[in-house]
Amino acid sequence: MSAFTADRAGVSAATVHAAIPMPDVLPPVKPRRGFIGFLRRNPTIAIGGGLLLIMVFVAIFAPFLWTKDPTALAPAMRTREPAARWWFGTDMLGRDVYSRVLYGARVSLLVGVAVAALASAVGLAIGLVSGFFRQVDAVVMRIMDGMMSIPPILLAIALMALTRGSVQNVIIAISIAEVPRVSRLVRGVVLSLREQPYVEAAVASGTRTGRILIRHILPNTLAPLTVQATYICAAAMITESILSFIGAGTPPTVPSWGNIMAEGRALWQVKPYIVFFPALFLSVTVLAINLVGDGLRDILDPRMAKSL
Amino acid sequence: MSTPLLQVDDLKKHFPIRGGLFGTVTGQVHAVDGISFSIAKGETLSLVGESGCGKSTVGRAVLQLFPITAGQVVLDGQRIDTLSASSMRPLRQRMQVVFQDPFSSLNPRMRVRDILAEPIRNFGIAKDAADLEARLARLMDTVRLPRDAINRWPHEFSGGQRQRIGIARALAAEPDLIVCDEAVSALDVSVKAQIVNLLQDLQKELGLAMLFISHDLAIVEHMTHRVAVMYLGKIVEVAGKRSLFSAPMHPYTEALLSAVPVPIPGQARTRKILTGDVPSPINPPKGCRFHTRCPYAFDRCRVDEPELRPTGEGHIAACHLHDLPRAQNPLLNAVAA
Repeated sequence: MSAFTADRAGVSAATVHAAIPMPDVLPPVKPRRGFIGFLRRNPTIAIGGGLLLIMVFVAIFAPFLWTKDPTALAPAMRTREPAARWWFGTDMLGRDVYSRVLYGARVSLLVGVAVAALASAVGLAIGLVSGFFRQVDAVVMRIMDGMMSIPPILLAIALMALTRGSVQNVIIAISIAEVPRVSRLVRGVVLSLREQPYVEAAVASGTRTGRILIRHILPNTLAPLTVQATYICAAAMITESILSFIGAGTPPTVPSWGNIMAEGRALWQVKPYIVFFPALFLSVTVLAINLVGDGLRDILDPRMAKSL
Repeated sequence: MSTPLLQVDDLKKHFPIRGGLFGTVTGQVHAVDGISFSIAKGETLSLVGESGCGKSTVGRAVLQLFPITAGQVVLDGQRIDTLSASSMRPLRQRMQVVFQDPFSSLNPRMRVRDILAEPIRNFGIAKDAADLEARLARLMDTVRLPRDAINRWPHEFSGGQRQRIGIARALAAEPDLIVCDEAVSALDVSVKAQIVNLLQDLQKELGLAMLFISHDLAIVEHMTHRVAVMYLGKIVEVAGKRSLFSAPMHPYTEALLSAVPVPIPGQARTRKILTGDVPSPINPPKGCRFHTRCPYAFDRCRVDEPELRPTGEGHIAACHLHDLPRAQNPLLNAVAA
């Protein structure tokens, strides 16, 4: 239809031009194509993605960015103000805060991405099955409701209390706390998709249930799920920091933003920079991820707006 | 007419209404409440009626898209409503469906090629990859779409083109029966005409039987061999096209026909305007379901439910008026006048 009308409009415009010379009132619109055009049309993705790329770069190349050993103690140089030698100052054990913050980006990004991936994968599987099979739904969703009635941070703390503090356990604990939200979202989308005529047509075409799930339902849940995954990534970073901050997360031997802030807490009134720099990095990273998520949601709008 | 291709006997479909804390069933929507009809090979039966009368539910029940409440569906001598999902699957090849909405009836994440290949693969119709390609090309030709459109995505097509893809998908399985569930209602007039003509051509070329579900009587008159009129989950009249359109034997059909616009400006026409709304299918009225709105209703209609009875050659209707003396039957007199 659109091709048809565009074609007609082109024909009529050409004939008008041939008959009467039109004054050049409006400059012709040249839509920018390609990557640059995409970024110009989606400034939130451009800004968020840019900041996020910087963070990823920092995390990967931390050893080469003029850092020192983030765990090296130097009791003689403790609690130094930011200066040329210690860009972000040193903490109460004389460790270089700049190096610790840069290495800490590794933990935060790892936890954020791993939780987003793990929670999405598990939540997707649970949501698909419970959205499509009514009998499973009744049981599974009651369990998920039960889990959702506990705030995710409390649930993560409780799970961490059962295990040893390690990055791996932190990832698992936060993922378990996030799974109910993902499975709820996916289930909702699946419930609406299973009533779509194309799913009924697939049933009528003799497609098996498993194949309907994988070919017809799953691909159409991915767009809202991707948006949700970015928000989970940001939320997981904050949860990780909170766990570290209260000493229930990443072990203190590993520099993570939460740990750095926890260690700087006692001194924050006299030496605020120890808390300030990791907090700044955390805020900027979370903001960047949320911007990307918002941008993605806008691209997938308006059709997907309903399912979010 | 030997064994009909499709035979539906006393089909009922009730949807439970759940409410309360434990999801107890508090009522039933009597979407389809005991209807029977048959379709011969190569025949088009139209199912007409206003919104919510259960037309689409009949279509879905015939296709076995959900379990039916009561009655039976017989496809070419074999009862199919009692089959398990796996024994039903091979039989699905014989009945395909074209839906109303050309936008939601195609998976937006599948290319046309995959949409059309799905039924061919499922039913193992193609001998090999080359045969599959040849079949896909033929399908595109059959529905008058350019062959090179086969690798495109559904969103690249217009509504009419999408409907052609939907028809091609239905044809891919090489069915004997196509259920057209309001297949042209969502299209604008010029495209509608193209699709109607396409369906008619295909029916002649391939000898397809069709269950044509529609509320558009002008299209039905153009398309069909026989018409079944539904009201509130029941069939009130079945007749050949000519007989039904010239001499309706049920007051509801009469009112429906009088609502068809006449394409001549200024021409006078007598309209039978029904008052009131369709009663709720949760608590359908006692007696004749149409008595609440029927202009000719009398006492018997309120207590006694009329059965479908022959009123003429190949014409059946469910109305007590036909028990009255001829002179007192307003339906017959309207025809005479």
